[in-house]
Amino acid sequence: MPMKIDAKLGLDVFKLDKEPHIVIDTDVCKTVCTDEACVYVCPADLYERDDQGRMTVNWEGCLECGTCLMCCDHKALTWKYPSGPFGVQYRMS
Amino acid sequence: MEQVECIIVGGGLAGLSAAYGLASAGVEVMVLERGDYSGAKNVTGGRLYVKPIRGFYPELWEELPYERPIARELVTMMGDGAHTTIEIASDRFAGAKPQSYTVLRAKLDQWLAEKVTEKGAMVVPNMKVDELLRKDGRVIGIRAGGDEIGAQVVIVAEGVLRLLSSEAGLAAEPQAKHHALGYKEVIELPSGVIEDRWHLNPGEGAAQFFMGACTKGMMGGGFLYTNKESISLGMVVGMEDMRRRRDGTESWQLLDEFKELPQIKPLVAGGVVAEYSAHSVPEGGISQVPKLAGDGYLVAGDTAGLSLNALVTVRGMDFAIASGYFAAEAVKRAKKAGDFTAAGLASYEASLRNSFVLKDLETARAIPGFMENPRLFTHYPVAVSRLLESIYTIDERPQAGLFKKAWRGLRRDFMNVATVKDAWSMRKI
Repeated sequence: MPMKIDAKLGLDVFKLDKEPHIVIDTDVCKTVCTDEACVYVCPADLYERDDQGRMTVNWEGCLECGTCLMCCDHKALTWKYPSGPFGVQYRMS
Repeated sequence: MEQVECIIVGGGLAGLSAAYGLASAGVEVMVLERGDYSGAKNVTGGRLYVKPIRGFYPELWEELPYERPIARELVTMMGDGAHTTIEIASDRFAGAKPQSYTVLRAKLDQWLAEKVTEKGAMVVPNMKVDELLRKDGRVIGIRAGGDEIGAQVVIVAEGVLRLLSSEAGLAAEPQAKHHALGYKEVIELPSGVIEDRWHLNPGEGAAQFFMGACTKGMMGGGFLYTNKESISLGMVVGMEDMRRRRDGTESWQLLDEFKELPQIKPLVAGGVVAEYSAHSVPEGGISQVPKLAGDGYLVAGDTAGLSLNALVTVRGMDFAIASGYFAAEAVKRAKKAGDFTAAGLASYEASLRNSFVLKDLETARAIPGFMENPRLFTHYPVAVSRLLESIYTIDERPQAGLFKKAWRGLRRDFMNVATVKDAWSMRKI
């Protein structure tokens, strides 16, 4: 059995920021986007639609690769690096 | 506003290499790194080609905290229930002066940061730069949180995403079509097991690439590098292919499926996953290299798009270190002349053009376009394996002669309009 993606992310060291470093313009996702590229490309499986069909991102587990930012054709993401001492801290890689 | 001679944005290999050169020459330099330490935000596949950069800071590379010198290169073409592995081994790959080493960035970058600190530069961790400050078109410093620091010159080595430099209008925003996603697991295995599985002498290492079925037709492939007591196993997949794909496979699942393949499973058996990481990779080649210098600034490393995926050789860290070296040389010259304008810093681009960095990228100009050909990742790995499988197959029927078997396979898979066109396009790479 392959390891669950959550378990894999659980191996990484994250320092949690107080506020999200990725903000989604959910109106764009709702009205313009039909391809949901973010869902497919994110290597940490952070994007999903909630019960109301709004796109959400579990930014706490972000690996900071920026792939979603480059792959969103609809400019729905405001994407910054986490501030100061926060975000993923790779010990090996 | 506090003022220093040189600010370096980003304490990765490009930034640290520049800092080392500048601090050695007594230039006042401050490196701002957003991670807990240098390397905390970095990911490599991992191999550093050290041969191209041995001439820069020769005293450093003797102490390089490498994992293993790479003695064996393997390429596996994955077909339909059959695969072919080519192994290239040479006494000259490893030996007394190895051409390349496997590395892990947290260790490598922290070591280089220490060396830089010993030379008298300041490396400040946990310092995320929020803005490049400009005045009359000239970069005059940085803003980090509420603090502003001025500098005569800023070396922008902020990494592949170019968030600051694109915001400041120094470089274009990175686009999916010019980038790949690289992601990997570091899987711990005892060193003896690694040496047995890849037939290595003690301490030596191997690099293995996988092309074909593992990316489901998308540009890219799998990779495997042996570290001291772990392997780095991952994939690189073109972003444009990935986001256009609609069969329901998500990127992270692709790696899980790769690990379950019968060719891979025995290689990772008994291994313990220790870390999972991901990073964007510049793949646009020389056509995507931005303006390298302007009034008060230089760009280096991934920010400058300095990486080269030539299918079986993948380079970037050697370019990053070289660009840092040349950035330091240019800043030293500019300081001497008291001229930090674009004209005063112009020797940077000239040095890169005269070195292997832009020469090799220029030579490889056609490669990014060539790699857009999906047959590289679908037809050929299958065809090579099918041809060789037929040669090695014996069944109850009378067998065709060796030549006839080979000829049949060649005619079927390699002699048609598409493959002739592909062969013709290969002359440019």
